[in-house]
Amino acid sequence: MSGDQDQSSQLQANIKDAIAEGSSLRLMGSGSKDFYGRDLGQHRILDLSGNRGIVSYEPTELVITARGGTPLDEIEAALEANGQMLPFEPPHFDGKGTIGGAIAAGLSGPRRPWGGSPRDLLLGIKLLDGQGRIMNFGGQVMKNVAGYDISRLMAGAMGTLGILLEVSIKVLPKPAEEHTLIIDRDPLSATRLIGKMIAESQPVTASYSLADKQAIRLACNHQRLAAIRQKYGLQESTESAGFWQQLRDHKHDFFQQPKTLWRLSLKPTTPLELTESCLQEWSGGLRWFYSERPATEIRTLVERQGGHAVQFRNGDRNGDIFHPLHPRILGIQQGLKAVFDPHGLFNPGRHYSDY
Amino acid sequence: MGIDRQSLAAEFLNMLPPDCVIFREEELIPFECDGLSAYRKVPLIVLLPYTTEQVERVLKHCHEKQIPVVARGAGTGLSGGALPHEQGVLLSLARLNKIIEINQDNRLACVQPGVRNLAVSEAAKPYGLYYAPDPSSQIACSIGGNVAENAGGVHCLKYGLTLHNVLQVTLITIDGERLTIGSNGLDAPGLDLLTLITGSEGMLGLVVEVVVKLLPIPERQQVALAAFDDVEIAGKAVAEIIAKGILPAGLEMMDNLSLRAAEDFVHAGYPTDAAAILLCEVDGSEDEVSEEIMRVRQILLDSGAREVRTAEDETERMRFWAGRKNAFPAVGRLAPDYYCMDGTIPRNQLGKVLTMIGEMSEKYGLPCANVFHAGDGNLHPLILYDANNEGELEKAEEFGGEILELCVAVGGTITGEHGVGIEKINQMCAQFPDPELETFHAVKAVFDPQNLLNPGKAIPTLARCAEFGAMHVHAGKLRFPELERF
Repeated sequence: MSGDQDQSSQLQANIKDAIAEGSSLRLMGSGSKDFYGRDLGQHRILDLSGNRGIVSYEPTELVITARGGTPLDEIEAALEANGQMLPFEPPHFDGKGTIGGAIAAGLSGPRRPWGGSPRDLLLGIKLLDGQGRIMNFGGQVMKNVAGYDISRLMAGAMGTLGILLEVSIKVLPKPAEEHTLIIDRDPLSATRLIGKMIAESQPVTASYSLADKQAIRLACNHQRLAAIRQKYGLQESTESAGFWQQLRDHKHDFFQQPKTLWRLSLKPTTPLELTESCLQEWSGGLRWFYSERPATEIRTLVERQGGHAVQFRNGDRNGDIFHPLHPRILGIQQGLKAVFDPHGLFNPGRHYSDY
Repeated sequence: MGIDRQSLAAEFLNMLPPDCVIFREEELIPFECDGLSAYRKVPLIVLLPYTTEQVERVLKHCHEKQIPVVARGAGTGLSGGALPHEQGVLLSLARLNKIIEINQDNRLACVQPGVRNLAVSEAAKPYGLYYAPDPSSQIACSIGGNVAENAGGVHCLKYGLTLHNVLQVTLITIDGERLTIGSNGLDAPGLDLLTLITGSEGMLGLVVEVVVKLLPIPERQQVALAAFDDVEIAGKAVAEIIAKGILPAGLEMMDNLSLRAAEDFVHAGYPTDAAAILLCEVDGSEDEVSEEIMRVRQILLDSGAREVRTAEDETERMRFWAGRKNAFPAVGRLAPDYYCMDGTIPRNQLGKVLTMIGEMSEKYGLPCANVFHAGDGNLHPLILYDANNEGELEKAEEFGGEILELCVAVGGTITGEHGVGIEKINQMCAQFPDPELETFHAVKAVFDPQNLLNPGKAIPTLARCAEFGAMHVHAGKLRFPELERF
């Protein structure tokens, strides 16, 4: 691709300058997830989008290696041409997103429970740390237990530990066909039915539930689809694949409200006494709702059920956005931050106020 | 300065029931090694607690007294990760062996670390569920050890490693604090510490409880056995299966020496004159499996297989797998001792790597059988030797070391699933430059600043690497100069 560039040395020089100046940096790829996380305040933006390009892609090895700034669209097009996909179905908010940003934010789309998450699929990284060191962890192979798994630690770290110069990701064959079925029931019995279908090994690859409308995506041919429809008494949807993409990218109507959006991660069957209407994915493991209730109230409710809550969009961005941590675990995280970014250069305060 | 065994025993007897403390020399001997019996050390003392509270107490005491702690599960590890420390405690978690919960609706199991891998699947079976990671030692190995080593198995390509199947662990830190890492959902807040803990070889904390994912038992499994006259053609057939969009549940290769050994041992029905065999398993619904196994069969034939057989029934399917799962003990019958390696390589390097291993085998004068998790590139060369012959163990170790360095040189890694332990500590120097090694040490120090948990394992000191480098760069030349470096 034109525009492919390895900017490792330039970025390394930027880090050394920042250390010398004592300044801090706001890491940015395409900026599609700028809204996500705590408010950073004023920091110099370090643009990572120029460090881009697919470095290697061997379809039969099921691995793609790309520079962090490579647009998701470019990666997905290369995979598509070989009948493969990024199994974690990363969101493209605003139709944008880079692979480095997708890994750093750690977010997955509707396929998550069946396809895995960024940390599940990440095999290796080339990291630029806060001392300006370029290091390689993991590799391009599926199985690797040499040393601690530093690469996967970067998934979901919100760029607080270093810059992902390159990432190697496991890819999978894309299902030949996927179809959507509508489940027309009350939410509770729909959730039970989805659970039953999964338990009976039906080829579910996504689920959706909002009020009295539920849908399920299945990877199978027409023949098998007909059998499933009959067995569970379901209708085929007129919705196209575009529906799941809108859900993934938060283009779905539900996500257009200018209120405080919460994201809950829980055991799928967890009962929650919420008065707010919830959009559910991941067969109940992921729930979205709007609420202006105090954060502590929501967090207590979720924590009691062994889950956690993220204040995903809107609301006060200066408080805790991510679920508060046990003091000892927070201490470990501060310790890890000091290992990778001792000068506190990267995204200070974006993940937690303490680092 | 040595610690006195008797007085240490007295201290632990004050906090644990008498049968939890083993300190008589003759009773300590059975604990002197794990599955890698070439390395042996007698621990100062062995502790066998029954409860999590007892583990906390032990760790607090060891932390206070600065006593090294080596954790041990079932002791089946193949890299010496549970090799005792002569001045330390060997803490066995074998008695924490309860299955706390099988949650059918959420498809989870909560188990203690001493529960055997296979026991989880057995307990889940009445609910139509199973635990996917299946290391060949699954009859004996425990979940705690699986987490410590990030154990694999023959179904990793489709179902992932231990890491992908663990949702939460309860960890006891070196100073005895109990922490919950991960969650019962599909993600957890903060940095993903579970990725560090899994595969950390008991160096960061002790796992006393594990929540694992369970999967629905597939309606049907079917396996195809393909025979090849050439190992390289078998390797290309693997790439062809993947290229055609098939994701087999298992994809295993055995070379002639290992398949003959397995045939002699369990009579699996393998064609003993083949240069290599491939076992390709597919799973899913009846119809899917019928369709897919026919596709697999055709791809294998088109790729140059001499013969392809599909299992006639479940008994034959189990027999095909029995040969593979018993490959290590089967090869073990060919010589008094064998040394099992565990490198991972990009699959497309298989032909080159096997040829070079063949050349090394001639150079060292030691036979080598190869068993290969072909789906995920994890190669297990089994070097045959006789420890009673003067110098042969050293020769086998050097041969093994050379294989691992070759794996790194072709873009792979020194260990896919067995861990570094003590065995591959020198080869870590070949895989990682100093900044990476320094980072590993710094990460350990965050969890265990006094370096009390399994000290000396998994991550070599820079001094050790400097010494090892001096030994291995013969006359200023790197090994495998003809290969491109990754």
